[in-house]
Amino acid sequence: MNRGSLRWLGLAVLAFGCLFCTDVWAARISEIKEYSILEQAARFFTLRDPSLRNALIGSVLMGVSCGLLGSFLIVRKQALMGDALSHAVLPGVALGFLWSLTKNPLAIFVGATAAGLLGAATVHAVRTTTKHKEDAALGFVLAAFFAAGVCLLTMINNLPGAQKSGLDKFMFGQAAALGDGDVILMAVVTGLVVVILALGYKEFKVTSFDSGFARAIGFPAQGIHYTLMLLLAFSIVVSLQAVGVVLVSAMLVTPAAAAYLLTDRLGRMLLLAAVFGVVAGAVGSFLSFVGHDMPTGPLMVLAGSAVFAAALFFGPRYGIFARWWKQQSRAARTRRENTLKSVYHVLEKRSFQGDSVSWQELAEQRRETEDEARHLGDELCRHQLATRPRDQADLFLTPSGWQRACEIVRNHRLWELYLTNAAHMAADHVHEDAEKIEHVLGEDTVRELERRLNYATHDPHGKIIPGLADVQSGLPSLTRGGRAVGFGSDT
Amino acid sequence: MTAAVTSENPPPLEIHDLTVAYYKKPVLYGIDVTVPAGKLVGIIGPNGAGKSTLIKAAMGLLPASSGWVKIFGEPFHKACGRVGYVPQRESVDWDFPVNVMDVVLMGRYGRLGLFRRPTAADRDVARACLDKVKMLPFASRQIGNLSGGQQQRVFLARALAQESDLYFMDEPFSGVDAATESAIVVLLQELKDRGKTLLVVHHDLATAREYFDTLLLLNMRLVAFGPTAEVFTHEILQKTYGGRLTILSEVAEVVGRQP
Repeated sequence: MNRGSLRWLGLAVLAFGCLFCTDVWAARISEIKEYSILEQAARFFTLRDPSLRNALIGSVLMGVSCGLLGSFLIVRKQALMGDALSHAVLPGVALGFLWSLTKNPLAIFVGATAAGLLGAATVHAVRTTTKHKEDAALGFVLAAFFAAGVCLLTMINNLPGAQKSGLDKFMFGQAAALGDGDVILMAVVTGLVVVILALGYKEFKVTSFDSGFARAIGFPAQGIHYTLMLLLAFSIVVSLQAVGVVLVSAMLVTPAAAAYLLTDRLGRMLLLAAVFGVVAGAVGSFLSFVGHDMPTGPLMVLAGSAVFAAALFFGPRYGIFARWWKQQSRAARTRRENTLKSVYHVLEKRSFQGDSVSWQELAEQRRETEDEARHLGDELCRHQLATRPRDQADLFLTPSGWQRACEIVRNHRLWELYLTNAAHMAADHVHEDAEKIEHVLGEDTVRELERRLNYATHDPHGKIIPGLADVQSGLPSLTRGGRAVGFGSDT
Repeated sequence: MTAAVTSENPPPLEIHDLTVAYYKKPVLYGIDVTVPAGKLVGIIGPNGAGKSTLIKAAMGLLPASSGWVKIFGEPFHKACGRVGYVPQRESVDWDFPVNVMDVVLMGRYGRLGLFRRPTAADRDVARACLDKVKMLPFASRQIGNLSGGQQQRVFLARALAQESDLYFMDEPFSGVDAATESAIVVLLQELKDRGKTLLVVHHDLATAREYFDTLLLLNMRLVAFGPTAEVFTHEILQKTYGGRLTILSEVAEVVGRQP
């Protein structure tokens, strides 16, 4: 994931750079007219402009097909395949153009798909006949096809008399240049992708997860793989006009990568990726429209990258923020439990005479300043583990605070005893380990430990291990007439 | 030990003169074996003996250079509906976005055939299989959040959901806890008692004698195949593990280097 995010960072920087330096290539949806942003937005949402309508419908369709197929690329660990295929189609675009000498969508579609599949076949051939692995094969096939495509496009540009306007837009895309024919082709391809993935969802799922098993149950894993590659080639080719050769792989991978961070189910991932793809496409074309000179493709990719960044930081389960929060609250709980333990130790030192602990005692026990101790005590009060009556300066444990304190001390001492008895560790080596384990031992494990240690009453240092009776009854001096801890079961 | 093989009652697995090569380098030479029904067979041999290769080639997952395999008297692609498979646990990506139930339902896919969705009945079978391996409480867990032993149980549940007559299992005991290991042993025994035939790739010689009623000892060649009591002898083990087939592997190296 880390390498992936670096890649997207790189792409985002690249796309950002495009905003400033690529007015030769970059496309714009709105022609340069003096409108205010609000007026532009109104024009955008009413869809009055036919070229705008095409751009928006086109980018939404592209978002769906790229998001769906990209999800399969991600879970199959073939994200780079999108990159390779998108570069490999470029010579096909040029040859398709040369064939008809116009920007005929169908001719370009056929040429580009053929070139893309040839690229994929070359990768496959290199991988199976030489000792090169897939990454190297993708690397040089991608570059060779791309170079050939750039040369062919330059040759076409030098041709006299051809209707070549807009051909250069295949590099970075120009959603505004989408004609009705282009949008129809996009709709057909997206429809095909949705229908085939819906019909063969189970087949695509099992071959992606475990291709050996899929073949063992008689599924044509190779055929399913090639179907996916064919759909991918179709999808890339129709998306080229909107985002361009260089960035189309980002539309495949970024929305799907964001979706992968948010869910553990393939079906939901597909759905989310399609939604993110649509959002990226729509936001990209909107921004490009309201900000006069902005190119569409890079803006779509930036919008997609923003979605990815949001998922990375704010994802509810695997997001950086969520994980940080979980870690923080665990640390805070451990701190509170350690304070409770200190209160217990103070009480234990005076044989549980009196229920309250002064700041001074707590500070002495913890080897801290009184201010620090007061801070920790206040934290306990906030969590209803202790109280501090207004007229008193001392800290009283609540029943739940007492219970937790007993549990922690019990866990600690049981674990120390277990390590010395069962793991034969020296008594002076076990404290550090128990400091960590005490906070994570579950009740089941505690019961098991007690059983294995024959319900021992003293830890390796001779201190009394609080038992279940102590945990359940309140503070000794309150409810048990000052009887010492650990002997609650004697009566 | 072999029951009379008639055309009405073909053996679950018949391998004839099977040779398999990776990049021209042979890993299995002329394997001939007929596995009768209702046997729990352990496939035993040193590293690189071709144990996994044998079961993969038997299912057509690897191309054979020569020879043939018949499953219940038919080629694999016709009989694959009667075959269950437990691949090596390491062969899949456990971060894949599926939960335990999804994986076990995959065991039903072969019976469903292409383009048909699992039904409520399939879910019931999958639940029953999960229950059998004591993994039903984990049905909605993402598979990456399981221990190694639990993952192996999920794979076993998927194979059970296939409701097959012949099972191939690739190292189902590798990297599992003791509790899972004994649960698997019980399960294998139970399947065998129901007349199923099982071929299990196994690494641990120490437990092989106890777990399997039949052993297939392999070291590029078939060294021995027969009831455990008969073939688990010092001499045969020596032949499988100790006496390296040096000339055979050297020739394989040379053939592999040929352009």
